[in-house]
Amino acid sequence: MTQADPMIEVTNLDKFYGAFQALKNIDLTVHQGEKVVICGPSGSGKSTLIRCFNGLEWHNSGRLVIDGIEVYEGAKDIRELRQEVGMVFQQFNLFPHLTVLENLMIGPMKVRKIPKAQAEETARNYLDRVHIPEQADKYPAQLSGGQQQRVAIARSLCMETRIMLFDEPTSALDPEMINEVLDVMVELAETGMTMVVVTHEMGFARKVADTMVFMEAGQIVEISPPEQFFTNPSSERCRLFLDQILAH
Amino acid sequence: MSDLGISRPSGQELPKPPFHKRFFGSVPVSVTIYAIIVGLIAYGAYAGAQGMGYNWQWYRVPQFLYRNTEVGFEWGEIPIGLVATIKLSVTAFLLATAIGLLVALLRLSGLVIGSAVAVGYLELIRNIPLLVLLYLFYYVLGPIFGFDRYTASILTLAVFHSALISEILRAGINAVPAGQWEAAKSIGMSPYQTYRYIILPQSVRFMLPPMTGEVVHLIKSSAIVSVIAVAELTTFGRNIISDTYMSFEIWFTIALVYLVVTLILSIGVSHLEKKYAVDQ
Repeated sequence: MTQADPMIEVTNLDKFYGAFQALKNIDLTVHQGEKVVICGPSGSGKSTLIRCFNGLEWHNSGRLVIDGIEVYEGAKDIRELRQEVGMVFQQFNLFPHLTVLENLMIGPMKVRKIPKAQAEETARNYLDRVHIPEQADKYPAQLSGGQQQRVAIARSLCMETRIMLFDEPTSALDPEMINEVLDVMVELAETGMTMVVVTHEMGFARKVADTMVFMEAGQIVEISPPEQFFTNPSSERCRLFLDQILAH
Repeated sequence: MSDLGISRPSGQELPKPPFHKRFFGSVPVSVTIYAIIVGLIAYGAYAGAQGMGYNWQWYRVPQFLYRNTEVGFEWGEIPIGLVATIKLSVTAFLLATAIGLLVALLRLSGLVIGSAVAVGYLELIRNIPLLVLLYLFYYVLGPIFGFDRYTASILTLAVFHSALISEILRAGINAVPAGQWEAAKSIGMSPYQTYRYIILPQSVRFMLPPMTGEVVHLIKSSAIVSVIAVAELTTFGRNIISDTYMSFEIWFTIALVYLVVTLILSIGVSHLEKKYAVDQ
């Protein structure tokens, strides 16, 4: 693990939906350039946790500092923070009324106020990076799921983000398209991007992760480097989970 | 076929549908029945008018459409009235959309006070008859705030239709998936930018059909302002009749003009809809 500056610092964080406690006493530090993979059974709070990292959900108590910005409901600089923190969703959430190129340009142009020509150059550059430069003028509905997800990754990168969050990016994909998305994510990891990935793709995790996090029932059960995580997890629950998803 | 190894049962004729379905389903029979029904209604109207000794004077109608006088060509009262109706409707519609959007956003704002104000407004407007609303604006609010009958009629139509328009806008906005909001947020867009660039452009598709219906409705209900003698199509029709006593011919003509305008509008928008459907 690198000992660079902390990019994400979570201290004693709790999150409630009414009376239901979705996150309990979360402590987690992610350093610059670190790749963290979060796994765990459904409903364990993985998505909720990373959605807190860019203010799509608000925590109820504890501290959350992202890239030096304190995150809380009503924080004035939350929009600046969101420009630094990219999010890739399970359902892609591309803008269906805009072409691929426009999807990539709208953020830089409207939010960062970058001139059109420059935004287009950046957009084409990132489309190259996700290996679909030829789809620039199509609409999202004309692309396959894997291509859409790669466009979504490029859309986040166009904002020149410093942290990328992935919320089960391959769960909605047909099996034959999963690898093309994972390949792009591996390449992105190699550039030194700070990444927090919620996924069940353990092959990807082994290849990329610096730190593995296992969550259950709103709590972090285990944080360990992948070599230890996959061979000798300290908690019984984590061992059972790994047995189940690695059985085949 | 056979080299693909697919065999098809051949020769089995399906039983035909029963005779009466084939008979009434065929095009010539349908057209004939339609023509007979329309003909009977038209004849009934004509015969009824003859029966009461009505003196048809269709030849006098064209002069109210256009005139060739010694100074040259000029439009008659009916086209002038139509233009006034369109102006009135367009102005009222734009204002109604602005009010409707405001009310819709208030309701969607999530503020308790915002949605309470919006719901109060909607219930108030929806439960007052249009004619009473017009009288309120013209006889009560007009003198208080000092506006004329034309302004009163625009305000009445705009306020009345803003209620339904706000519901159409709200439904259209809600029809856009929540993921679009999240995606826009996650690239740092403000709520205004999200509405402007992401949500509203997508809502148009959902809003077009009911909005067209509402414009047609507005054009039709604009006729009511003739009761406070605002110059528009229906008022001009009444004026012509009080000069000529040709009530049958003029009312038929006026009705036809409204029908043509609203039909053109509906057909135009259904073309627009097809265009939007292809784009996505």
